[in-house]
Amino acid sequence: MKNRLKWAPLIVFILLGVALSYGLSKPNNTNITSKMIGASVPAFTLPPATPGLPGLASADLANGKPHLVNIFASWCVPCIAEAPQLKAIADAGVPVVGIAVRDRPEAVARFLSRHGNPFRAIGADDASQVQMALGSSGVPESFVVDGQGRILQQTIGPINPQDVPGVIAAVKGAR
Amino acid sequence: MIAEAGLAALWLGAALCALQLLASALAVRGQAELAAIIRPIAVAQAALTALAFSLLIWLFVRVDLSVLLVAQNDHSEKPLLYRFAATWGNHEGSMLMWVTILGVAGAAVALFERKLETRTLFATLGGQAAIALGFYAFLLFASNPFARLDPAPVEGQGLNPLLQDPGLAFHPPTLYLGYVGLSVAFSFAIGALVTRDVGPAFARAMRPWVLAAWIFLTIGITAGSYWAYYELGWGGWWFWDPVENASLMPWLAATALLHSVTVLATRDGLRAWTVMLAVVAFSMSMIGTFLVRSGILTSVHAFAVDPRRGSFLLALLFIYIGSALALFGARVGTVREGSRFDLVSREAGLVANNLLLTAILGVVLVGTLYPLILEAIGVKISIGPPYFNAAAGAPALLLVAIMAAGPLLRWRRDDFRAVLRRVAPAAIVALIALAAVKIFAPTISLLSLLGIALAAGLALASLAPLWKRNLARTPLFTWGMVVAHLGVAVSLAGMACDSSFTAEKLVAARVGETIAVGPYQVRFAAVEPTFGANWQALQATLEARRGGGDALLLQPQARAYWAPPTETSETAIHTALDGQLYTVLGKQVGDGRWQLRLWWKPFVTLIWAGGALIAIGGALALVGRLRRGRPRRQEAWI
Repeated sequence: MKNRLKWAPLIVFILLGVALSYGLSKPNNTNITSKMIGASVPAFTLPPATPGLPGLASADLANGKPHLVNIFASWCVPCIAEAPQLKAIADAGVPVVGIAVRDRPEAVARFLSRHGNPFRAIGADDASQVQMALGSSGVPESFVVDGQGRILQQTIGPINPQDVPGVIAAVKGAR
Repeated sequence: MIAEAGLAALWLGAALCALQLLASALAVRGQAELAAIIRPIAVAQAALTALAFSLLIWLFVRVDLSVLLVAQNDHSEKPLLYRFAATWGNHEGSMLMWVTILGVAGAAVALFERKLETRTLFATLGGQAAIALGFYAFLLFASNPFARLDPAPVEGQGLNPLLQDPGLAFHPPTLYLGYVGLSVAFSFAIGALVTRDVGPAFARAMRPWVLAAWIFLTIGITAGSYWAYYELGWGGWWFWDPVENASLMPWLAATALLHSVTVLATRDGLRAWTVMLAVVAFSMSMIGTFLVRSGILTSVHAFAVDPRRGSFLLALLFIYIGSALALFGARVGTVREGSRFDLVSREAGLVANNLLLTAILGVVLVGTLYPLILEAIGVKISIGPPYFNAAAGAPALLLVAIMAAGPLLRWRRDDFRAVLRRVAPAAIVALIALAAVKIFAPTISLLSLLGIALAAGLALASLAPLWKRNLARTPLFTWGMVVAHLGVAVSLAGMACDSSFTAEKLVAARVGETIAVGPYQVRFAAVEPTFGANWQALQATLEARRGGGDALLLQPQARAYWAPPTETSETAIHTALDGQLYTVLGKQVGDGRWQLRLWWKPFVTLIWAGGALIAIGGALALVGRLRRGRPRRQEAWI
């Protein structure tokens, strides 16, 4: 056996051991960061989800102003819990737009009349296609999108009251 | 008192183990004063671990809830078999089983190994003691199975219901026998490196031990795969889960070792490589144990996770694997180069086998650790079947092709054209199978197509060594090779058929509806509640009819256990000659319909039948080798 080669297994093992030690020393991080962060919103055009409000297209999100995109559904109970926070965010001057997933126009209208309407536009995503393209796996989820239509931040699950200032700052801080 | 007796046995075992290490070290250095006690100590030490393990089993069977481990994993309403099996269905118990098997393997070497040169044997037993000592320490300081719980609870916390299955009683022990049995090969390698005794005699001594461990590993993996298949209810038989990979990696290394040790024993070739593989095989067992037990990777096998245990195990890994590889580096220069061989020869075929097995091992290791390494630089990914199937599939198929040709090659030197003539029938069969499958199933994936074709070729080629031989006088280990290689062909055919021809139906059905899947018409006859010792369930009654035949009754259940409260699905499987009908009852969808998952899996049983053949082949070879190894007198008589 070649002289240099004989230490190779030991060196490979030590490298492996160092990698394992590093993996062990790091606390287990269960946060999942979306691949979509930093990426542009995929191209889509959604029809209005309810009479009286316009639908939503990806072009609307790249109009130079940052937005909060909220994915919700009238049949989603956590979305009801989230409604006051969305209202507060909209009242602070943040443009909030919605994507209603697998919903019916009359159900969306009833949801808005009962729980308040923070939305400037709502697109109807009947087959969850835009939702999935955005990298969202459930409702509610919210995305902070900058003026060029790039995704800056994703919140999985409802926005809680203590999260509101952070979300407002994130949208206002975006360009 | 039982728990304290168990703990005392463990401490005593650890002390004897230290003594065994000391006496062996002295004996190897030439101070033979303590040499006489090495073997008895190895046996006594094994007896103590076995005692501790038996006491833990007793605690579990009696449901002694004043013991923490029992309180956490046992339950008085659990059937006897599962109280018994619950002993190793948890971290501490399974580590005690690990140490017990380590001790018993060492004792077996001390009692039965007669071929190895005495100094090498002492070095081997010293190596075995060194490994055991670390794991004793791990048990006593980081995973005490006998810790008390005060006050004792009135009832135990049960056991993961997925584990309430006869599979648990047998799968982990066989797997561990294989896993830990490889420690013997590791210790042999250490012993031979220490005494510079790497040669054919050493290889012949080591071979039966490797074979024995490999047989258990094969059984354990095969049984585990079938267990996951029917218990999880996902219809798959291999998920490339880190824990599965942890058992596959030692198997791949042991398979390579098994073949290279033959070259060393028969032709005195591949000396350094064989020793390396012996080290790698058990290293893979230890790395696998670390990956599984430290919680560093996420897996469907949810084991208790404690980072301190992970660091402890990692330290053991560094000590054992690190020193073994350092010893290898320091000593391998003194291992003389073995005999040379031609490019076309049995040896060359076995080298190719080894390289390909090592390549697959590398693919699996990288795939298992890759998410971990990427996580270190902040990227989170998971690696699944697409990577493993593609990356391991190609070398595996190449390996099968070589496997078909290998046994038809002559040792040392062979004529290329003569080899081609010998391989030709198998190649023709493979090509015919390829054409036939392509014609009848034009949409089949490339990997499966090649799999079926190669399986057909290999099946024929694996029988070829028996051609024109007096079958009664063919040595048992030749039979072993034939059967094991045939097993690979059978298993491969099963895998390819399952992945290509499976028919799956996921439906929401009303009672009374009939669903067609594969060749079966399945009538959803009823859903009724039912119950067992510690669970209640909804049970579907399915009547499956094939052609005009009688109805088969299948009763899959959706079970709810109450300690701990868990829902599981019990599959109902009908095995026909040409495949399995696999049924799972899901949730009620509302409006009176039920989710049903039905699979028709043609020839899927071949996967495990092949696994069983491989293990049987190993057993035949082992018996053959042991017989051959008996004293001359008997051989002359035969």
